[in-house]
Amino acid sequence: MAQITEQADIRPLNGFGLWSEQIAFMALVAFLIVAPTFIYPVLLMKALCFALFACAFNLLIGYVGLLSFGHALFFGWSAYACAHAAKVWGFPPELAILTGTATAAVLGLVAGSIAIRRQGIYFAMITLALAQMMFFFALQAPFTGGEDGIQAVPRGVLFGLFDLSDQMTIYVFVVVLFLACFLLIYRIIYSPFGEVLKAIRENEQRAISLGYKTDRYKLMAFVLSATLAGVAGSTKALVFQLASLTDVHWTMSGEVVLMTLLGGLGTVFGPAVGAFIIVAMQNYLAGFGQWVTIIQGAIFVVCVLLFRRGIVGVIAHALRIRL
Amino acid sequence: MKRLSTIAFVAALAAGPAYAQFSDGVVKIGVMNDMAGTYADLAGPGSVIAARMAVEDFGAEKKGMKVEIVSADHQNKPDVGSNVVRTWFDVDKVDVVVDVPTSSVALAVNEIAREKNKVFLISGAASSDLTGAKCSPNSVHWTYDTWSLANGTGNAIVKTGGDTWFFLTADYAFGHALERDTAAVVEKNGGKVVGRVRHPFPATDFSSFLLQAQASKAKIIGLANAGADTTNAIKQAAEFGVVAGGQNLAGLLVFLTDVHGLGLKTAQGLIFTEAWYWDMNDANRAFAKKFAAANKGIHPSMVHAGVYSSVIHYLKALEALKSDADGTKVVAQMKKMPTDDKLFGKGSIRQDGRKLHPMYLFEVKKPSESKYPWDYYKVRATIPADQAFRPMSEGKCPLVKG
Repeated sequence: MAQITEQADIRPLNGFGLWSEQIAFMALVAFLIVAPTFIYPVLLMKALCFALFACAFNLLIGYVGLLSFGHALFFGWSAYACAHAAKVWGFPPELAILTGTATAAVLGLVAGSIAIRRQGIYFAMITLALAQMMFFFALQAPFTGGEDGIQAVPRGVLFGLFDLSDQMTIYVFVVVLFLACFLLIYRIIYSPFGEVLKAIRENEQRAISLGYKTDRYKLMAFVLSATLAGVAGSTKALVFQLASLTDVHWTMSGEVVLMTLLGGLGTVFGPAVGAFIIVAMQNYLAGFGQWVTIIQGAIFVVCVLLFRRGIVGVIAHALRIRL
Repeated sequence: MKRLSTIAFVAALAAGPAYAQFSDGVVKIGVMNDMAGTYADLAGPGSVIAARMAVEDFGAEKKGMKVEIVSADHQNKPDVGSNVVRTWFDVDKVDVVVDVPTSSVALAVNEIAREKNKVFLISGAASSDLTGAKCSPNSVHWTYDTWSLANGTGNAIVKTGGDTWFFLTADYAFGHALERDTAAVVEKNGGKVVGRVRHPFPATDFSSFLLQAQASKAKIIGLANAGADTTNAIKQAAEFGVVAGGQNLAGLLVFLTDVHGLGLKTAQGLIFTEAWYWDMNDANRAFAKKFAAANKGIHPSMVHAGVYSSVIHYLKALEALKSDADGTKVVAQMKKMPTDDKLFGKGSIRQDGRKLHPMYLFEVKKPSESKYPWDYYKVRATIPADQAFRPMSEGKCPLVKG
């Protein structure tokens, strides 16, 4: 994993990031402000949810070097929990999202404490197995509605003030939530905690010999990643007013890997870019029906063969900047 | 919005003053179904052809109405389907969504159509909840539903001695509804349900489920699934010697295209209920001939016929209203007018959105009885329109008062 995720340079923190990152962040914010005038807001919100999901996933694979193949577990179950809280218990959206996020955090703690005991392929297989177990549970449990999912989830009124059934209100809400989580992830990556994570990624034995309890750091990173994936899943449930099996299916775990790899593993902006590209492809190529998955597969192969750093990784490397 | 209505006005002037009220000057019909998966043959591209034929036969162009048809694949996933329909309503200005097999997707579309006040004409989906607890002032359930299938097939089989049942059920809304409705009919007629097993949807391997069904010793194995699931189950049941062992299969939802796929040798003797068959009268045969020519020789299923018939009635309602802007009003108009078209004949739409017409109990012919291609069914019984569907009082539809 080390050769893929090598960093151009790691400079000391000033709290605001490097100029390249600041510019990229401003560009992202500007894009999100202008975009709804020419792109369908629901599509943008979908892309943002997946972008957050991919960023959360990247926290684990990009900075700790752990490939989880069961992240749909957190994404999907937080969606169910959020939808159930909003629809059946009548929670307002902020509490519903909190419920979903907390569910993902608990699941992350359980799954993480089992999975981090192993490395590499075994780690991936354990996460996949746990996710599949919970998929089956979602299929059979009465409250998830089986193949129907939980439908007609009310979007509700945020903090009792903002009516989210209005398209632009919920868009602003999703953008703010995304940016907040994005900055949080950035803060985690470049905190002393994040530096330890990167040390574990580069050489775990050495980190242990330096006195770090690596298992604790890995578990913490796993739970953080699961929790942030939970924010994404809960938000998606509110945006689409639907929580369904698609979100817990293993293909969702695969899709997030694809998004992260395509955008650039171990880059801050890469996963978001990858998510936007994949969501846009699924939307604009929908006319090809099931060929979309084949096109996606081909792109994945090309990406891995030709530019292993991912799109953002390649740009950052060429310009010798950090993104 | 203002600019939009100006465009609509200009377009309407070009089209003829009678239709000044059509939103953006065009009536846009969205056909959404499974284009490549389990239900592609019984609905799929054929439904788009049926909708196009309806627009032609209605003579939209001559009447100065501009009608456009768009289509999409929902891959049998509610999230894909609701995404498409939201985009259709918000961006593409689609006025009406038709077909939508797979009840879980239909239920999702049902909610969105209600929220956006558009029209939803259901032909492919089966769940009787669509005119029951989940009924909507924006939807009409056209072709068939789980209650009518269960009623037709369940009654007929229990009365001829098939009094113990085991259900093989597709594990989603439609399967559950079909199982529930059939079990009720079986028990009402003095039969007994001895067991049930739910299989994932879609499934390819039915062996463990069929073994359970065999072990149950039930006389009848009810297949509460559809499309490729039903045909796979029937084929594998033949391999397991289920029928040879003295048990009988009851396909609760079998389409013409399924029988075609199975072949008469495997399918012969199967009894089931449908709303429409192409070889019943001259009008149907003429429709089927034209349809098959456009659809690679595949003859129309009842879903295709339902799409045709519902689109015709929708366009008639628009003609009477001279507007497509308000979905609730259009559906109210559709309920007010009696239905009449060449495929389903005269009928009506009930307050809860249920379209009424006779249902038929068919039996699949033996290979020796079939005289020409697609000659598959013989009519065992006709269930008159007033008995074919669930009485409105039992549906618990909130739209029905009193």
